[in-house]
Amino acid sequence: MDRIPILKMGDCLLVTIQVDMHDQLAVSLQEDLTAQIARFRSRGVLIDISSLEIVDSFIGRMLANIAAMSRVLDAETVLTGMQPAVAITLVELGMSLSGIKTALNVERGMELLRQYIREDMDNVQVGDGTEE
Amino acid sequence: MVLKSEQHPIATADDVVRVRQVARSWAAELKFSLVDQTKLVTATSELARNTLEHGRGGTMRVEHVENGARRGVKLIFEDKGPGIADINLALRDGYTTGGGMGLGLSGSKRLVNEFDIKSEAGRGTTVTIIRWK
Amino acid sequence: MNSFHEIVRRNEAVILAGWLEEMASTARRSDLMGDAELRRQAAEFLRLFTQAAQTSSDQTSEEFLGTRDFLKDIAKSRMDQGFRPAETAMFVLSLKQPVFNALNNAYKNASELVAEIGAAGDLIDKLAMLTVDSAVQIRDEIITRQQAEMLELSTPVVKLWDGVLALPLIGTLDSSRTQVVMESLLSAIVETNSQIAIIDITGVPTVDTLVAQHLIKTITAARLMGADCYLSGIRPAIAQTIVHLGIDLTDVQTKANLADAFGLALSKVGKSVVTIKTAANGQLAAKTKDA
Repeated sequence: MDRIPILKMGDCLLVTIQVDMHDQLAVSLQEDLTAQIARFRSRGVLIDISSLEIVDSFIGRMLANIAAMSRVLDAETVLTGMQPAVAITLVELGMSLSGIKTALNVERGMELLRQYIREDMDNVQVGDGTEE
Repeated sequence: MVLKSEQHPIATADDVVRVRQVARSWAAELKFSLVDQTKLVTATSELARNTLEHGRGGTMRVEHVENGARRGVKLIFEDKGPGIADINLALRDGYTTGGGMGLGLSGSKRLVNEFDIKSEAGRGTTVTIIRWK
Repeated sequence: MNSFHEIVRRNEAVILAGWLEEMASTARRSDLMGDAELRRQAAEFLRLFTQAAQTSSDQTSEEFLGTRDFLKDIAKSRMDQGFRPAETAMFVLSLKQPVFNALNNAYKNASELVAEIGAAGDLIDKLAMLTVDSAVQIRDEIITRQQAEMLELSTPVVKLWDGVLALPLIGTLDSSRTQVVMESLLSAIVETNSQIAIIDITGVPTVDTLVAQHLIKTITAARLMGADCYLSGIRPAIAQTIVHLGIDLTDVQTKANLADAFGLALSKVGKSVVTIKTAANGQLAAKTKDA
């Protein structure tokens, strides 16, 4: 069965969803991502949905789950490239996905992730008080 | 009044993907705007999934309909599953029996122009939606 | 079912001739349509009508689809040629007299004749109404399209700076206008790669719940896409309305005017405005630099 490829870029993971996913594929993605975050101790996850023409409540829920699970594993998630028609429909559907960070495109998304990771690192102190 | 009509099975997860594409092409044929197409296809996805998961499989009938001089796409989702005991409750935002966000039925209603649901506990469910151009 | 269709079928040629004659004596509009074209339209309609009437007396049925499509076509083409909707309706209605003449010759029984004339007349009347309906719909579509064009012209989305858009709304907002505006703003955000959109409502006299909801939906949709929206130019009267209607704007960044909103937007995209003196004449000039 197909699985959606996950790319590793430094301490971030990058996923591009291009296909009209059936439910099983979405569930596999959730599992794969959480596994990879834990394995690589990733600090950021970027999910690009610029090719996705439909986001229904199931996919929306999946995205919200991924963000929540990632946070538990100490990684930040950014959703990029949502199409206007999809955004309008999601709002009408009643899903505002308020817990998820969003960015216009992959470039901005990576900038955002770097910013969060940097800010987070600034708060980390190791042993004798020197910053990491 | 019906201009043309087709029926599709909803028995597997792949069928849910397939009927989304069917709804999309039938709407595109009538030259719906992109936003209207997206709304209709999203509603289709929600209802097809309900048919598969709660209705234990069923069918989707897609039609081009005409009312006076306006044209639209009509979709009828039918299953012979357990049915819904309390329709008003099911139509409320947030109500869910499946651990989801409970927006499928109530959300779909907001995405279309006409929405009708008939269901009886033990006798199955029929949801009819129409999006006019 | 009535049997007038039999009589019509048997006398199609005579009825056609009678119909053309009938139209020649009423408003003919030969300035808009030549004889050959009129004859062609009449013959085609009569053929379709006769055929459909053999199996149905309901003009909304499947059997009459060809007839309805034909009428829609000529309603449009005649409109383009300059006919008024009533004139196109008359085209259909003037078929009645020759049909009645044929029925009169066929039915000797008075009550039968009355019944058949009634049924045939009713069917033709309804088909004539269809042409009027079509004409009205075509006019409506033209008006809607023109409104949309006017809308695009009157709600320009302007780029204030790299990554910052402004949408100055002028005039009363109604539901359909706000939707069009919403869609064009969101497309503009994608096209210009903008992070911030400022919706300025200085020029909007009143805001009701529906419009406020649309604005909030627009802002939520923009957020989902990764852009932020600011609302500026909220007049005191509108602020009161918003509170009275119980609309929740706590998640929305608001600024008193466009200038303040622009200032905030610039800082968010990492720019600041500095004043510099030029060495030459000590004049002040402003330019932006990266923060």
